Amino acid sequence: MTLYILRRLLQAVLILFGISVVTYALLYLLPADPVRQIAGRSATAETVESIRQQLGLDRPVYEQYWRYLTGLLQGDLGRSYLQRTEVSELIAARLPASLMLMAGGIVCELIIGLTLGVLAAVRRGSNFDNLLMVGSFVGVSAPQFVVGILLLYVFAVQLGWFPIGGYGSFRHLVLPALTLGLLGAGWYARMMRSSMIEVLRQDFIRTAEAKGIKRHQVLLRHAVPNAILPILAMIGIDIGIFMSGIVVVESVFSWPGIGQLAWQAIQRVDIPIIMGVTLISACAIVLGNLLADLAAPFIDPRIKLR
Amino acid sequence: MTDVLAPDASSPGTPHKPVKARSVLRQLLARPLAVLGLVIIALVVLAAVFAPLVAPYDPGEQFFEGLTIEGAPLPPNGQFWFGTDLLGRDLLSRLIFGAQTSLTIGVVSNGIAVLIGSLVGITAGYFRGWLGAILMRFTDLMMSFPALLLAIVLAAIFRPSLWIVAVVIAMVNWVQVARVLYAETSSLSEREFIVAERSLGAGTALILFRHILPHLVSTIIVWATLGISTTVLLEATLSFLGVGVRPPTPSWGNIIFENQTYFASAPWLVFIPGVAIILLALGFNLVGDALRDVLDPTARGRQP
Repeated sequence: MTLYILRRLLQAVLILFGISVVTYALLYLLPADPVRQIAGRSATAETVESIRQQLGLDRPVYEQYWRYLTGLLQGDLGRSYLQRTEVSELIAARLPASLMLMAGGIVCELIIGLTLGVLAAVRRGSNFDNLLMVGSFVGVSAPQFVVGILLLYVFAVQLGWFPIGGYGSFRHLVLPALTLGLLGAGWYARMMRSSMIEVLRQDFIRTAEAKGIKRHQVLLRHAVPNAILPILAMIGIDIGIFMSGIVVVESVFSWPGIGQLAWQAIQRVDIPIIMGVTLISACAIVLGNLLADLAAPFIDPRIKLR
Repeated sequence: MTDVLAPDASSPGTPHKPVKARSVLRQLLARPLAVLGLVIIALVVLAAVFAPLVAPYDPGEQFFEGLTIEGAPLPPNGQFWFGTDLLGRDLLSRLIFGAQTSLTIGVVSNGIAVLIGSLVGITAGYFRGWLGAILMRFTDLMMSFPALLLAIVLAAIFRPSLWIVAVVIAMVNWVQVARVLYAETSSLSEREFIVAERSLGAGTALILFRHILPHLVSTIIVWATLGISTTVLLEATLSFLGVGVRPPTPSWGNIIFENQTYFASAPWLVFIPGVAIILLALGFNLVGDALRDVLDPTARGRQP
């Protein structure tokens, strides 16, 4: 067990190292010259050269990378070229908004997905079940920005229930969180449906029913807790999907999180910020997967560790 | 649907029967949802192929009568069925030509992704050892990047044209295919009939092409179909964010990108292209899912 955890941790560290190399390599390929960007069009050759030296961009690649990596280990993500601020500060300032959005998204997808999944499993083969099946197909086929704009149009513009965008109150959070959560909800609904069907078929459910326990109690007290467990481990894996989702959702709803930060940085070719956000997101994904792997055997003792 | 599982159907590498095109098509046509998917795809393909004949106007032409006196776009009407955009261009014509963009990227990009994924997955699964380890660790690494962010970074690096966007999406999407084919190939290559071939002295190329590949064909076909849906959605998203296909080339995503700020006053400019994207992605999802059921009966047993 301990050995498994150690090996899994080592793997995660190696992947994180790989991520830093790939991120660095990718951005090294960027054709736009950041020095020109900072210095402006009218800068003289000497100014350009001195900025290049200041930023250490005249050094060989491996040296630049080494400096980047050692800084990274001390929590230093570098300085933004254009905003002249520490990238770690920029990200830290934006992170709470993104975390709140993701938490909202997880709550939405679990509530909607699990409820629909249980209902579909109980009424298997009914019109509701078939409708849900079709609905989840449409759900995975709908791009998030279309869903987001649709929710905005109906609930903010037409009905006026929620603000059109921005950040600050619970009412600001509802529509973006719903947009982020709907995609996963269809997926969870299908998983929960098949997990429930699996559990409902088992002997202890029949025993409970034979003892004369009421139908809804059998479902809520006996079936649902057992069916939910294997699905909860999936939340860790979701983080990857959410990391892509927040870029779109934050852009549609002008939500001031790290997705929007990355988005603005790409427009301005502010490399350290792009690297910082990509790195943070990738770390979140690695940690999410790690948690999912480590949580699985605790949630379901039948899973053996290797 | 039956819940019966064949006795040896539990391992993911169970060899599938060789694919027979005619019987597959017949089984597909027996499923209403698959037929719906096929009809949607056929309509979009026809629209894209015959775009110059079908489209009522030139997609780039800015009509004087396409804007109101105040300069606002027109809602759907008798002359412009789907209305006009902010520059007074016919939305229907732009959508029809946009279908070319979506389909080209969907097919080309997903084709490249499936090709790369198959090469990596099959090589790693068959040879394993250090080569397989390196390939699969690299696949894991690529999987740890958020797909959209990676695509945005790549698109920003290589100033996007239609083909560059296709390649960028492929570079993000091949990973899943590699994972699945790796698992199938590595379990196949341990089965008796492959071990027997090897001990009889059959060459690697012969085993791979005559004995392993035929068993992977159905998986590859399913991914080649389902993947187009993912690709279409990613292209639309990139174009919506302004790093995909650049205007004036119409793409369903960049039509929404160009008009999104006016969604409250001109909702048709966002929702008609939005519906087009959903329908096309839905079409490939429906057909891909039905293909999976038809080609791989064990998967059906697993999710009753």
